Amino acid sequence: MVIFSVYVVNKAGGLIYQYDNYVPRAEAEKTFSYPLDLVLKHHDEKVVVSFGQRDGIRGIKFIVLADPRQSGIDALLRKIYEIYSDFALKNPFYSLEMPIRCELFDQNLKGALEIAEKAGNFGAGS
Amino acid sequence: MTVHNLYIFDRNGSCLFYNEWNRKKQAGISKDEEFKLMYGMLFSIRSFVSKMSPLDMKEGFLSFQTSKYRLHYYETPSGLRFVMNTDLSVPNARDTLQHIYSNLYVEYIVKNPVCVLGQSLDSELFSSRLDSYIRSLPYYSPRAA
Repeated sequence: MVIFSVYVVNKAGGLIYQYDNYVPRAEAEKTFSYPLDLVLKHHDEKVVVSFGQRDGIRGIKFIVLADPRQSGIDALLRKIYEIYSDFALKNPFYSLEMPIRCELFDQNLKGALEIAEKAGNFGAGS
Repeated sequence: MTVHNLYIFDRNGSCLFYNEWNRKKQAGISKDEEFKLMYGMLFSIRSFVSKMSPLDMKEGFLSFQTSKYRLHYYETPSGLRFVMNTDLSVPNARDTLQHIYSNLYVEYIVKNPVCVLGQSLDSELFSSRLDSYIRSLPYYSPRAA
């Protein structure tokens, strides 16, 4: 619950992946205090292939919406980038800038989110 | 630890006040363009933040940070917007901006019969008080890190 969503946006601005994790609250009244505002960070990636051939500039953006009390978001963003490069880029059936429909990407992403929530969460609301 | 600069915008988007203390790099565009860019960016970010929010928001957009600086934002109920750029060591400048509004702006501008609200602030007293207040902040130092 404390990591609300993950979005991946390609260079052209199109959304290529979305994962939402809000817990819809059945109770109508909110008597506890909730985060004042959300920490929204984005991570702009530029990758250059090292053996001299330029891969072009790929402006992929990763967006994570989380509780402000959640720590370790930078590490999480890097982890998401790693998962992206492992399961989307190395997948021969995936073409760049297209929506990401790889199961392993989903699974690993959810795993990384769970790890981050358990490790980094200090006293967020219920 | 330092404050880089401060902007004050009114609710129509015109920049009423700008001052810089410790700015290393200029934007490469004219000041007018920079003010319009800043205001437009804040308008878009606030709208984005309110649309993306998975919960109800109390305050809305507070600040953003890059690898080099943090921008703090404070808006009064009358639509006056205070924007301050500091380095990364300042986590929360909301109280500072609130103090600037209630103790400096209200005292020296609003209560000044000569100052017309909505025009750019050219009160000497306001500028000098603001300057000394910024310099007195615990996180201000003239030599930027």
